[in-house]
This record gives sequence, C-alpha cells and structure tokens, in this order.
Amino acid sequence: MAALAPTAQAGQGDESRLPKAHSWRQWLDREAWRKAIIAIPYLWLLFFFIAPFLIVLAISAGTSQVGIPPVIWKDTFPFGTFDNYVFLTQDDIYWQGYLNSLRNAAISTFFALLIGYPMALGIARASSTWRNVLLLLVILPFWTSFLLRVYAWIGLLGNTSWFNRGLTSILATFFPFWVTGDHIQMMNTNFAVVLGIVYSYLPFMILPLYATLEKLDRTLDEAAMDLGSKPWEVFKDITLPLSLPGIIAGAMLVFIPATGEYVIPSLMGRGDSPMIGRVLADEFFQNRDWPVASAVAVALLAVLVIPIMIYNFFQAREARRGST
Amino acid sequence: MDVDTKPHSSDKSDKPWLDPKAKPFIRIDGVTKKFGEFTAVDNVSLDIFKGELFALLGGSGCGKTTLLRMLAGFEMPSGGRLFLDGQDMTEIPPYERPVNMMFQSYALFPHMTVEKNVGYGLKHEGMTDAQRKDRVKELLDLVQLTPLAGRKPHQLSGGQRQRVALARALAKRPKVLLLDEPLGALDKKLREQTQFELINIQYKLGVTFIVVTHDQEEAMTLATRIAVMDQGVIRQIGTPTEIYEFPRTRFVADFIGSINIFDGEVKSVDKNRVTVSAPALGSNVIVDHQGEPPAPGTKVSIAMRPEKIAIERKEPGAEAAGNTIAGKVIDLGYFGKDSLYRVKLPSGAMVRVNAVNSRRAGESERVAVWEDDVWLTFAPSSVIILTE
Repeated sequence: MAALAPTAQAGQGDESRLPKAHSWRQWLDREAWRKAIIAIPYLWLLFFFIAPFLIVLAISAGTSQVGIPPVIWKDTFPFGTFDNYVFLTQDDIYWQGYLNSLRNAAISTFFALLIGYPMALGIARASSTWRNVLLLLVILPFWTSFLLRVYAWIGLLGNTSWFNRGLTSILATFFPFWVTGDHIQMMNTNFAVVLGIVYSYLPFMILPLYATLEKLDRTLDEAAMDLGSKPWEVFKDITLPLSLPGIIAGAMLVFIPATGEYVIPSLMGRGDSPMIGRVLADEFFQNRDWPVASAVAVALLAVLVIPIMIYNFFQAREARRGST
Repeated sequence: MDVDTKPHSSDKSDKPWLDPKAKPFIRIDGVTKKFGEFTAVDNVSLDIFKGELFALLGGSGCGKTTLLRMLAGFEMPSGGRLFLDGQDMTEIPPYERPVNMMFQSYALFPHMTVEKNVGYGLKHEGMTDAQRKDRVKELLDLVQLTPLAGRKPHQLSGGQRQRVALARALAKRPKVLLLDEPLGALDKKLREQTQFELINIQYKLGVTFIVVTHDQEEAMTLATRIAVMDQGVIRQIGTPTEIYEFPRTRFVADFIGSINIFDGEVKSVDKNRVTVSAPALGSNVIVDHQGEPPAPGTKVSIAMRPEKIAIERKEPGAEAAGNTIAGKVIDLGYFGKDSLYRVKLPSGAMVRVNAVNSRRAGESERVAVWEDDVWLTFAPSSVIILTE
C-alpha cells in the first residue's frame, strides 16, 4: 500500500503517462470486438437463411405460370394466396411424404441412438490414448465422398451381390422357415433407407453424446455404487439421466436432416412411396411448380421447428421451476 | 482442541487399542497397492476399533486416499486382506459393503433434489416408502437441512452441500463411514464449526469414522487416533497428544506442527536424564527422556516445539532450571494472540520461538524486537530425542 502513494503523486505532475479516457477508444477496444464477433453469425444467418427463406415464403404465396420466373403474384392486396398450402392437404402424396419422412427419420434416430450410445460411452471411458484414435475412426468415413459410400451400400444390398447372397444363405441355414430363395429384397425398401441414414448420420449422434459423456464426473458413479447400486443401476440412475442433453442434441442432429433427406431415399428407397425430400425435388424440377414446392418446404420447416419450439418452451419452464 | 481430554490412565473401554484382548472392528492386514511400478500403499497393517474416529494423515501422494478407496472397495489391494467386523472384505464389491463414503468433492447427484440424494441409498434396503421417508427426514433433521429438502445441489452453498453429502453417506446406517477430506472445501470459519458438528454426529450415532486428511489441525481436532502416512507407509499411530508431544521419527515430528530439529550426539545417560551435545546450539542439552534412553555416543536428533521455548531479554539467573542459550532476534511475526520469533544463534542456526502475547502491550513494549539480544530457555522435559 505504501508503494502506491508516491506513484499517485508523481502522476499528477505527468499527465501524459496516464491513459486518456476517450470513450470511443474504450468502445473500440472492448465493445466493438465483442459486438463484431456476435454480429457475424447473425449476419450470416440473416443473409443466407432468413432472406432466402422469406423468398421461399413469398414464392409459396404465388401462382405458377409458364414463363420466367415461373411464378406470379396478384396485383392487389394481399398479393398472395393460401391455395398452395390448401393443395398440400388435398393430394395424398404430400402428407404421405411427410409421414414417410418422419417415420423413417424416427426409426433411424432410434437405431442411431441404440448403436451410437454404447460407442460414445465406450470412447468416453477408454484410456486417453485410445480415445483420440477411436474418435478419429468415427469421423474417418467423412474423408470419403458421401455419395460414394451410398453407392457402396447399393452395391452391397443389391440382389446379386455377394453380401446379399451370403447373408441370405446364412439366414436360410438358421431360419429356413423364414428365408427362402437365393436373395432378400433389400434395395428400394424402407430398410435400405433407414440403414443408409443410420450409417451416414451415426457420427452426428456419437459426437455430441461423447462430448456429454466425457464430461460426466466419474465420482458420481462411485458414489452411486457406494450407496448400493450395481453397475447397470448406476448407468440407469446416473449416467443415462445426466447424458440426456447429449441424447437430445444427437437425436436432433440426426432426426432433422434425416427428415429432409433427399439423396439416400432417392437412391435406395421405394419409388412408389417417396419421402418428402423427393416430393419437394420432383415438384421443383419435374413439375416446375415453384409455389407448391415452396409450400412443401415451408410446411416441412414448420413440422420440424414447431415441435422443437414447444420442447424448448417446456424445457425453459422446467429450468425456471428448478431454480426457485 | 484435542477431543480426547481424559488422562492416559483412563479405563480400557475408552481406549480399546491399549487392551490387547480387544477385537479390532476393522483390520487392515499387510495391504499393498501397486499402480504399475508405483507402490501407493506399502504393506500397511492397522487395527481400528468400533466407535473410533480415526484419521489417516499425510501429504499428497502418501497413499492415504488409496487406502480409503480400498476400504470402500473402489480399488482392489495388490496384496493383503481387509476385514470388517471379522468378515473378509477384500473381494466384496463396493455396492455390497456395509461401508459408505463421503467424497471430497461430495459427488452429489446434480439431477436429484437434496431429499432424493439422501434417500438414494435406501432404495436397495428392504424398507417401505414410509420408513424410507422417515429415515430421510431424520437425517435431514440431523444435518439441519429439512427446509432445503426440495433444492438441487447447485442451489446450495458449500457448507450445505457438505451436510447433504454427510446425510447421504449416513442414510444406510453404515458400520463404517469413510470421509475423504471432509472439510477440505470449506472456508476456515465454517470448517471449525463443522468439525465439531462431525464429532457430535459421530458421538450420537456411534458409527466408526475413518477420515483422510492432509490438514494436521483437522486430524488433531477430530480424531481419537491418527496414523501418519508417508510414501505408502504408516510412520506412527497414536492419539493426537502422542503424535504431537511424543513423535517417534523425525518425519512425524516435522510433519505435525512446527518444530526445531538439531543434530546431536548422546554424551552421557543418568537414569532418564540424557545429556546431548548439539554443536548448533553451542552447548550441551539436558533432556528428560521417557522410555529406553539411547546409549552414549549414539547420533540422535533433538527437537523442541517453538511454543515450549521461553524468550527473555534479560539473562536468566543461575537458579533457572533447564537449558539456556543466547541469540539475536532476526524475524518477528506478530499474529495477535501470539508472536513468532526467529532467533539466530552464534553458530548461525535458527530457532523458532512461539510466544503467547499474554500481556497487552504496545509496539514499543514488546518482549523482544528485531536485533534484540535474547535468552531462550526450555525445560529438559520439553526436548524430544529422535533416533530415526
């Protein structure tokens, strides 16, 4: 304390050594950077998501025409129409498309969780040297083309492939009452779509699960075990509930893109009962009906976003209740 | 602060470790734990009796926590056996041991309320819901947390969390409660208050407590007996008084409290009166030694606690009993209730002296200040001879 006093006195006679309190300078030093860093992702979302979405929303309120652009709006207020959305309810293909998508995405998410959870847990509990190797193996498939991997599956699942024939003969040996013939129809089924989605999106399930599981405090497991819980009870009571945020994050990362998935169902799925991604693409490129296609896209967004918003609302209310 | 205020000769039921016929409640028999090449616990044998509040004291890495974790069942001994109440526990998994642990980090389940945390261990007991509720309520009353039963751990203060952890560990009425640094995360004021609460709860429930701590004051206050550990080995087991006043090794003397240690050589022995020459002190030191005195010529260490040395500015008369040496005050630390002096002897050796400021005095009236020539006196019975 004594050392501070002389310095303060010296400072009075030598003002140039004190930093000048320019408010713009302080703003530049602290606030500007903070604001810029926060603003960048918001601007990105504004230009590359909100703006295009508003365009799609506008197109969905128009009427298709033969010409460029292939859409026209009314001249009088309210300029738009709701007809395209009404049309979605009138043709079975749309709601069946949504239903197919939601069902396949749900089944895929379930299996991705079933396969991904033990993998994530195994990686999180592995020794630190193994952990990095195993994580690398999880993301390794990303280093080859997604399309190439889908085609590889098409090759494997096809009726004449060694994989299909081999699997069929093994199953026929053990379950002769169930499997007959020399092949099983796997391509162009919902099974193939679910398999393709689970295979492709598995890393998106594993990585957030791993991030959550890796952070869990292992002494909690010991405490539960100390209080009489056998290992599986420890998992049920401690690990599973505490990894719920990871489960939700992983499930969303799989479910949302899987619902709108286009490539996998187009290449591996059933032509007669398409998922909504396929319906959307056909509407744009086959029918060239932009307004209906846009309506399909907007409705898909609503189908995905509204449940998440409801979930978040309840989550926030739960959090508020917990803190009082 | 010593809880055990009764004299040494009290009856054996109070000090079962003095009774050769008493049956130990916990028997640690030649237990060793190796992690690869590293030996964390090295052939430790230890008997702990029912109702004791036993402290394992040592620095970090001394093996005390490993020993505790072996008692809880989280680590399997590499050798040796563990017995609880006559039953071999070595291979029994943690969830089947009648032993509970209070973790250093408390390890409260963050997704459960205080009530659920405390009641967690009870779901495995054959109890009705009503019994379970009663037990949880009783424990929350015991640690005075009943009004906070519905809170989650993150809504509690450090002291409250500590009490939840204690209640949870006691819920199953364990035969033994293991406490890993139970007061380590609390601030000083709270720690003092909590350690007495712990003693009261232990006394009320009669549960055997084993406390691991690196804090010697904590061990002294809490424990009936202390085992001082170092490098996986127990250096000394004894009551707080024995450990502090009669340390057997240089390590224990140095680890517990503050002490002045000098090399010396035994000159002569007359019954219990041992004369030791200590070159650093510049004169012979007379020691009243308890127990078997070392033979003349033995190289020993002599040790004096700083608070057992008196400091004066005037030379004591020839009639003064005990050992007298002269020196000069180099450092003075004033702590309010007491002062610490560092006194330099003519040999260059430093002696720490701790004097209670029993007389109210201004700065100019102090017993001694920097650069003062002073006389240090200490009784022969205050000097400890250490042969190890």
